Amino acid sequence: MSTATDVTEASTSGDPVDLLAIADRVAGWAQTGEDVEVYVARGDETEIRAYGGEVESLTSATSAGIGIRVVVDHRLGFAWAGSLDESVLAETLAEARDNAQFATPDEHVQLAVPDGVPAVSVDLWDDSLASVPTTKKVELALALEAQARAADPRIRQVDHADYGDGSVEVALVSTTGIRTTSRKTSGFISVSVIAGDGEASQTGGGYSVGRGFDGLDPDKATDDAVTRSVRLLGAVKGPSARTTVVFDRRIASTLLSVISSALSGEAVAKGRSFFAGRIGELVGDAGLTLVDDPTDPRTYGASAYDAEGLACRRNVLIDAGVLRGFLYDTVSASRSGVSSTGSAVRGGFSGTPGPGCRALTLAPGPEGYDEDAVLGVVGEGLFVQSMTGVHSGVNPISGDFSVGAEGLMIRDGKLAEPVREITVASTLQRMLHSLVAVGADVEWLPGIAAGQTLAVGDMQLSGS
Amino acid sequence: MLDDGRVEELSSGRERGAGIRVVTGETTGFAHTADLSEAGLLRAAEAASAVARSGGGGTKTVAVGLSAVAGGDSPRAKPLGSKGATLELLRRADEAARASGDAITQVQAGCGGSRREILIANSEGLLARDQQARTRFSVSCVATGDTGMQTGFESAARTLGFELFDEVSVEELAELAAKRAISKLSARPAPSGELPVVLAGGSGGILFHEACGHGLEADHIVKDSSVYTGMVGQQVASSLVTLVDDGTVGSEWGTYSVDDEGRPAQRNVLIDKGILTDYLWDYLRARKEGRKSSGNGRRQTYQHLPMVRMTNTFLLPGEDDADEIVAQTPRGVYVAKLGGGQVNTTTGDFVFGTTEAYLIEGGKITEPLRDANLIGNGPEILKRIDAVATDFSMTPGTCGKDGQSVPVGCGQATMRLTGVTIGGTAE
Repeated sequence: MSTATDVTEASTSGDPVDLLAIADRVAGWAQTGEDVEVYVARGDETEIRAYGGEVESLTSATSAGIGIRVVVDHRLGFAWAGSLDESVLAETLAEARDNAQFATPDEHVQLAVPDGVPAVSVDLWDDSLASVPTTKKVELALALEAQARAADPRIRQVDHADYGDGSVEVALVSTTGIRTTSRKTSGFISVSVIAGDGEASQTGGGYSVGRGFDGLDPDKATDDAVTRSVRLLGAVKGPSARTTVVFDRRIASTLLSVISSALSGEAVAKGRSFFAGRIGELVGDAGLTLVDDPTDPRTYGASAYDAEGLACRRNVLIDAGVLRGFLYDTVSASRSGVSSTGSAVRGGFSGTPGPGCRALTLAPGPEGYDEDAVLGVVGEGLFVQSMTGVHSGVNPISGDFSVGAEGLMIRDGKLAEPVREITVASTLQRMLHSLVAVGADVEWLPGIAAGQTLAVGDMQLSGS
Repeated sequence: MLDDGRVEELSSGRERGAGIRVVTGETTGFAHTADLSEAGLLRAAEAASAVARSGGGGTKTVAVGLSAVAGGDSPRAKPLGSKGATLELLRRADEAARASGDAITQVQAGCGGSRREILIANSEGLLARDQQARTRFSVSCVATGDTGMQTGFESAARTLGFELFDEVSVEELAELAAKRAISKLSARPAPSGELPVVLAGGSGGILFHEACGHGLEADHIVKDSSVYTGMVGQQVASSLVTLVDDGTVGSEWGTYSVDDEGRPAQRNVLIDKGILTDYLWDYLRARKEGRKSSGNGRRQTYQHLPMVRMTNTFLLPGEDDADEIVAQTPRGVYVAKLGGGQVNTTTGDFVFGTTEAYLIEGGKITEPLRDANLIGNGPEILKRIDAVATDFSMTPGTCGKDGQSVPVGCGQATMRLTGVTIGGTAE
């Protein structure tokens, strides 16, 4: 897990005024007839790995850089540098300008212009992180490892026990009227354990994330890791069957992330989404309502501004199974004849913005619908607690879905024997229509989607 | 990047910096900085040594000498292509893909080049440097038909500059990607359950990368978190398997002169006729075992700690005829191209995904299949290899581990597995 580098936040005290000054200055070098956008970022990070009662590694670092977009005659050029040295700034602007000369003129290519939507205030900065001494962070990593080793006699190894934190500050200024700053802190602990021995070994991981130091919960991380590894002990290759699959909250979050790439306005405009041309159509079960809302401060991806400096906003994507909208940045919106939804994201100063989700959630099922309740509703099937091969087996263009899975069979509405080395397959299109239950057990997981227990019918298991 | 017929993004960037590692006992302190002034480097060194300070101070004066390969005589230092010449290649690829069939509705062609200069010095007196140029060209196509959309991808990538294109035809890459997308429009769902699988030469090497390559990395071994721990000298694969990791091979994608710890790349035989002979080592893990690094200490950038990584990992060719292997398979799956994979090194369970596959019926390649993952357990699957052909080739890939990505090569000749679980949707 790494710290997020794409961040924006409403202005509060402690704005990175030095970064803003650099961005202002570089934007001021724009020539007549060109638009310039300057993204300046600075980050700090600490990472500690504990092993065998000692610190295996401790990393501390500061990095800073600049990314510049230049638009001349509807041609876009981009250049970046991992430095804020004075000489580098002008060279990077010159390089972006030069790159623009090679682009194909495109009437839709333009920088964001303020659209009057007010930004919500979300506080994503925890001052305490900087004031906690490194020795306390080291102690936490060591304690986490010791706790995991002692948690259960069946745990034979702690593969890693990590503490990490980071902060990112960003200033964004353009000649089209954008001028924002933002900052964000994050912290995490994560532990991975091995239960059993020899051929019977099973692994499990757990973590806890927060904006600062104090909210990190080693009990939760350890319990998760231990439960997940120990309950898989004795797992055998599962059966081939067509059945209902219950995805645990972490896996469901990954599923939503995968589906989200088909909801990108750019993918849709370029015919690379199975949702293209289907606005207003029924694309899923009536129980499926999907919203991206980075203005909700509880979400990990919460943000006041998007990566082009427009206010983030709540966007309803699927409502009661009906496809209602896509996520757009400025260029993809223009291409589709709509307005930006404030959904630009970018991977730090070395990346260009594009539309993407930050904070997906499903409308929760009936109150009290936790994992046990969903298992009870399903009765018979497979509970999946880990999933592999998402990048090699899930295609958001064709919709083909085939992943490796580990988990437990569901019998009489309860978790039964553990299984491994099986695949779970369907298509994303069919899965949306085959939704059996959505949990009300929302967990604000790291990443771009919340976790909620999810049951999907008519999945093909392939095993023995 | 040429997308949807337009040059959408020409992006360039650079960074330079230093990573400083201080090792005391089993503890590593690490700091990196983009500030290469003396003051900046000292600040980073202070930060890196802070964690080790309890171990006592003191100064050590070290003589360093340039011990390893300089990049001067290497083709790896050649310049990257001009922007204009690169865009011309992208246009040619776009045209070739679109000319492959009316069903092609989208083409994305990308070309990227990087040049990396590294200098490594350590307190044991090592001073090494390398210059590495890498160039990669890729084409992604979408084909649209009555059954929806399908995708096709092909790439070429070498540790070379622009002279990559003396050897590689971008038109051929584009046509392959387009053909892959078009043929899947008429594909039927992949089967489920266990079947014999024939892997075509090249990308099938991903099987070894996942089924055993990661599990042979010494960082997993020293923590006893690999299914291959303690198995040196034992039969871990069919006797047809001789597996090599070699960072010195020509201009393959995983090739370099020295690794990111200053150790020259070398050829390491991991499995010899089915017997496990050795693991892959970096400086720290080798030191722990009182041996030498095998030249596999790699890092994504100066901002990352080195780890044990593969370079070019491949199965040596066998003696069978590729066509005969198919002809002697009554029913199974022929995988022409694999896309990627993932492994749990502790259990050995791994997956790998097809991007071009067909049914084999009556010893003949018949209908195309939709993409699916295949799943298996490393030590079990390696024993099920019953034929290896002579038609060896390599495929470039990007290997991700613990948040770091590095370029690697995979390779093998056409080969058969007697049974693999196929994760399709057909019952």
